[in-house]
Order: sequence, then C-alpha cells, then structure tokens
Amino acid sequence: MSEDNGGADPSFEDRLRAARSKQGLDAPPKQPMSGPLGADQGGLGGSPWGIGARVGVELVSALVVAVAIGYGLDRIFHTTPILTAVFVPLGGAAGVANLWRVFAPKSGSGKG
Amino acid sequence: MAAEGSNSIDALGQFQLHPALGAIGGSVNFTQSNLMMVVAGLCVLALLWLGMKPRAMVPGRLQAAAEMGYETILSMCVENIGPEGRKFFPFVFTLFFFILFGNLLGVFPLFFTFTSHIMVTLALSLLVFILVTAVAIKEHGLHFFSYFVPQGIPVALAPLMVLIEVISYLSRIISLSVRLFANMMAGHVMLEVFGAFIVMLGGLGLLGYVPAALSLGVNTILIGFELLVATLQAYVFAVLTCIYLHDAVHLH
Repeated sequence: MSEDNGGADPSFEDRLRAARSKQGLDAPPKQPMSGPLGADQGGLGGSPWGIGARVGVELVSALVVAVAIGYGLDRIFHTTPILTAVFVPLGGAAGVANLWRVFAPKSGSGKG
Repeated sequence: MAAEGSNSIDALGQFQLHPALGAIGGSVNFTQSNLMMVVAGLCVLALLWLGMKPRAMVPGRLQAAAEMGYETILSMCVENIGPEGRKFFPFVFTLFFFILFGNLLGVFPLFFTFTSHIMVTLALSLLVFILVTAVAIKEHGLHFFSYFVPQGIPVALAPLMVLIEVISYLSRIISLSVRLFANMMAGHVMLEVFGAFIVMLGGLGLLGYVPAALSLGVNTILIGFELLVATLQAYVFAVLTCIYLHDAVHLH
C-alpha cells in the first residue's frame, strides 16, 4: 500500500534508502534465492529439529500415498499382496525424490 | 487443561469435539471447532477492517499489522510464483490468515485449535492441491502431464519415473496437512502434559512444589514456543502453497 504512494518519487526512495543504510536501520540484504526451493529451505530448514521433521514428513507421506495406491489397486484387481509390495519401494523412492527436490545442491539440481 | 483422573494424564481429551451454541448447534452438529473457525474468520475481518479504518499516513499499531500482513503475503506471492503471483494473492492471503488465527487462538485458555485436527488440515491441503492441479491444467492443458516425466531421463526408465513422480506429487497432500496438524497437536499435548504435572506434583505437598514450579516454568516457555510455531507453520503452509502454484504456472 505504501509502495503505491511512494513509488511515484524515486529520488525520495533513494534518499530514504541511503539514509537508512547510513544509520544501519535496514535489514541485512536478502540473499538472492536461486529458486523457489531456496525460500522453502530457508523457511523450514532453520533448525535441526525443523530439518528432521521435514525429512520425516516427506519420507512418510510418500510411503503412505504409495501404500494407499497399492492397497486400493489390490482391492480393485483382487491381486492382494502383489501391487502393495510393488508400490512400497516406489513410495520409498518417491520420498527420496521429495527430499532430493528440497535439499538438492543448487548447482547440479538437474541430475543426481 | 488439568488431568482428569488422579493418576493419569488425559493428553488427548482436549481434542474432543463438543456441540457448541446449545441446542441449535447440537442439532446441526456445529462443534466448537466450527465456532472457532467462525471466530478466526471474524478476527481476520476485524483486523483488516478496524486496522484500515483510520487510513492514516503514519499507521498505528493495528494498521501497521494489517499493512505488514498484506505486504508480506504480496511479496511472498510475487517472489515465489513470479509476476503471475498477484492473481493468487487473495487465495494465499485468506489461507495464511485463516490458519494463523486458528493457530494463535488455540494458545488462549478455553479456546480450541481447529488446526490440530487432521480433518481440517487435510481439507485445506486438498483445497490447495485441487486448485494447483486445476491451475496447471488450465495453463498448460494436456501438456501438464509432461510434469511427471523428468527431463533427460533414459526412455527405459520413464515408466518407473512417472510412477515415482505421480506418487511424489500426490504425497504433497499428506505432507502439507500432516506438517501443520502434527505441529499444532504436539504443541498442545506438551502443554497438557506439563499442565497436568503442575497439578499432580502440587498435590504431593511440600516435596512437589519445586518440580511443580519447574513445570510451570516449562509451560510458560512452551506457550512462547507455541506462538512461534503457530506463526511459522501458517507461514510455511502459505509458502508451500506458493511454491506449488509456481510449479503449476511454470512446470519444472
């Protein structure tokens, strides 16, 4: 809201910023985010507890979804243990893929 | 929030639902959880309406809070989603403030934390998931399904990777809802347990006063911690919604 009012006068904004930085009032400059996941990591992975909870939730939720899919398909096709057994390792892999997406190093995030 | 029995700690009883608003509420199953949702919504409206009423150049406290909330969420949308983020700003803003007030209201005595129920958080995350998928399909049409095929993988691996990607995509529903639910529930269970310690140890007589006072101290710290978790989890939910929307708008 204040941006709309103050945006018309860039020289004032510049002077204000210069004055603020001289007085040390400005927050430390934000580190540039290399991608949306950078913000994600900053918001969640602050403390070891946060990282631990994150890892647990990502791994388990993928596994839960995989087991649900496998069990459901087994119920539909009457192949009871087989598809559940097939989907459990896939769920584990999906959990690891989730974690990779969150904690991947910034440079080579394309390939593992 | 005290122990119900003399020897046992009923840590989960606080999450039970009761009909609110007397006979009318009972007949339509309007529980205290629903009542708190209404209260949370009214609180958000009150913050924005009362806060922005003065329309002062130099904002007072309420107005500053309302403006900061607005600007924080707006910049979050634009930074995480991109210039298209402005379209989704009302949704993310509503979501953030609803969850934030739901979490924060739970810290007060006699109030209920509706976000400590998996059903509520699951409904919220399903809403986000359906919206994200709908946006992706609207933006990209059938090309959306290429999202499930990672770039540069061997053709032989494609079926396996597609399955893994689909599971990973669906697991967002669970991880988004469980994160909020588990954080809120764990915090309130801890509060309940230490609150019960105070009562039980205080009943021991002189010997129990010191540990009872210690648990009171722990509970005081936990309340502060709970405020932090409440804000952080609302923020995390909003940020993750933005990130998913970014994926939906840009694919890969």
